[in-house]
Amino acid sequence: MSHHIVEVKNLKFTYPDGTCALQDISFRITHGESVAVVGENGAGKSTLLLHLNGYLMSGNGIIRIGDYPLTKETLKEVRRTVGMVFQDPDDQLFMPTVYDDVAFGPLNLSLPPEEVDTRVDNALSTVGALHLKSRPPYRLSGGEKRSVSIATVLAMSPDILVMDEPTSNLDPRARRKLIELLKTFKHTKIIATHDLDMVMDLCERTIVIHKGQVMADGPTAEIFMNQELLAESHLEKPLRMQGCPVCGKT
Amino acid sequence: MSRIKTAFLDLGHMDTLSGRDTFAHRIDPRAKLLTTLIFIITVISFGKYEISALIPFFIFPAVMISLGELPVYYLFRKILIVIPFAVMIGIFNPLIDREILMRLGPFSLSGGWISFCSIMIKFTLTAGSVLVLIACTGFNSVCMALEKMGAPRVFAVQLLFLYRYIFVLIDEASRMANARSLRSFDGKGKGIKVFGYLLGHLLLRTIDRAQRIHLAMLCRGFDGEIRVNRRLEAGIREVIFTIAWSAFFIAMRFYNIPLIAGKLITESIL
Repeated sequence: MSHHIVEVKNLKFTYPDGTCALQDISFRITHGESVAVVGENGAGKSTLLLHLNGYLMSGNGIIRIGDYPLTKETLKEVRRTVGMVFQDPDDQLFMPTVYDDVAFGPLNLSLPPEEVDTRVDNALSTVGALHLKSRPPYRLSGGEKRSVSIATVLAMSPDILVMDEPTSNLDPRARRKLIELLKTFKHTKIIATHDLDMVMDLCERTIVIHKGQVMADGPTAEIFMNQELLAESHLEKPLRMQGCPVCGKT
Repeated sequence: MSRIKTAFLDLGHMDTLSGRDTFAHRIDPRAKLLTTLIFIITVISFGKYEISALIPFFIFPAVMISLGELPVYYLFRKILIVIPFAVMIGIFNPLIDREILMRLGPFSLSGGWISFCSIMIKFTLTAGSVLVLIACTGFNSVCMALEKMGAPRVFAVQLLFLYRYIFVLIDEASRMANARSLRSFDGKGKGIKVFGYLLGHLLLRTIDRAQRIHLAMLCRGFDGEIRVNRRLEAGIREVIFTIAWSAFFIAMRFYNIPLIAGKLITESIL
């Protein structure tokens, strides 16, 4: 199957103010892969993610999502295929109730009302938030907001999930629940994050970005063992790979 | 807790009220909205010296409050918060209009004072009825009803977004206000200049957020139209509710019931 593939070739992007955010990025993510995109603040992770659903488009480089090259004509199809979960759930949840929010995407796909209802219920029960259906989003806790924002994307049945810092601002238990939830998804996943311990749980592959370039791309375990690479990219080993704080043993 | 934050919690309380399940809450939002609109139009159509004929109009909010089991004191406080606006409108009437219209023994009342009272009563009635409408319908449902009844879509959607993001905005503003007050000492740093910076900053943040929200909408197939999957059901109950109340309002508009009642009583005594 080829339609869950994300391919980026020689992508370059400079913001209108002259900041060069991406310089020559290339990678290929195949069906069902779970890939972490890591790097220091301002490395270009978010800019890269914004390219994957066509919000930013640069003349330089090619992006292919599934069977389509990303162009203005294929934008609609690409946005249905790529589900994007934002860092701040308040940006993602803009409708008056949880139901309306989850139904927003399916309604835009012009699905019949009954089908929309089913999709909303399925998406909400997948993330364990069916009981929040009629609540207004601003009344939810951080963890609940995150679950609902994932449901809003799931309701569109995307093939590829793109997430920006999914575990930020979550308490440890909500974080653990989210990780367990994401483990159950069969989608192709691309996760930009600083939470390297989560990466170890979820992603078999990691792409390290530094100053708008791919520094490394390979198996997560290998990359996290490479002390030199991590230091150069302003990263640290995940906590569980560091020594015990009491005895110092790893 | 900062005052902005308290206002936020208070707004949330309105939402809790609207989530109840009483007869008043169960009536279709469109029926309630239409009835309230007719109520407001009849109330404001009275002349500027009218007081007595307005009094029976208090029946409508009173009935809705009791049907919806709403807290009277809470709603009254809400009206008190906005009443200064009405006072501003009417306060010059007693100064400008000094013609004596009413004498009660040694007391005389000028037209200005009467019209001032009339403004205050009209304001209390209209503001009160809208608050009651929102408290037993919910702001979102009122917007939906507006839209279903043919109000411009953009208007309804703007209201929905306003209500959704007012909470986020208040949160953000209160965080900024806290940050300022924690680093202001002896009144320094509390001036209008810093307030200006704060406001400007808030505006910039809001624009940023608006962009992110727009992006989130685009990601889920937004094409300029917001679709909402909600079916409103209006039956015979709603029709009776609207027609009965409207007939009552219009009757009260043309017959000054307190005056008629007063005449009947005085005539029977004489």
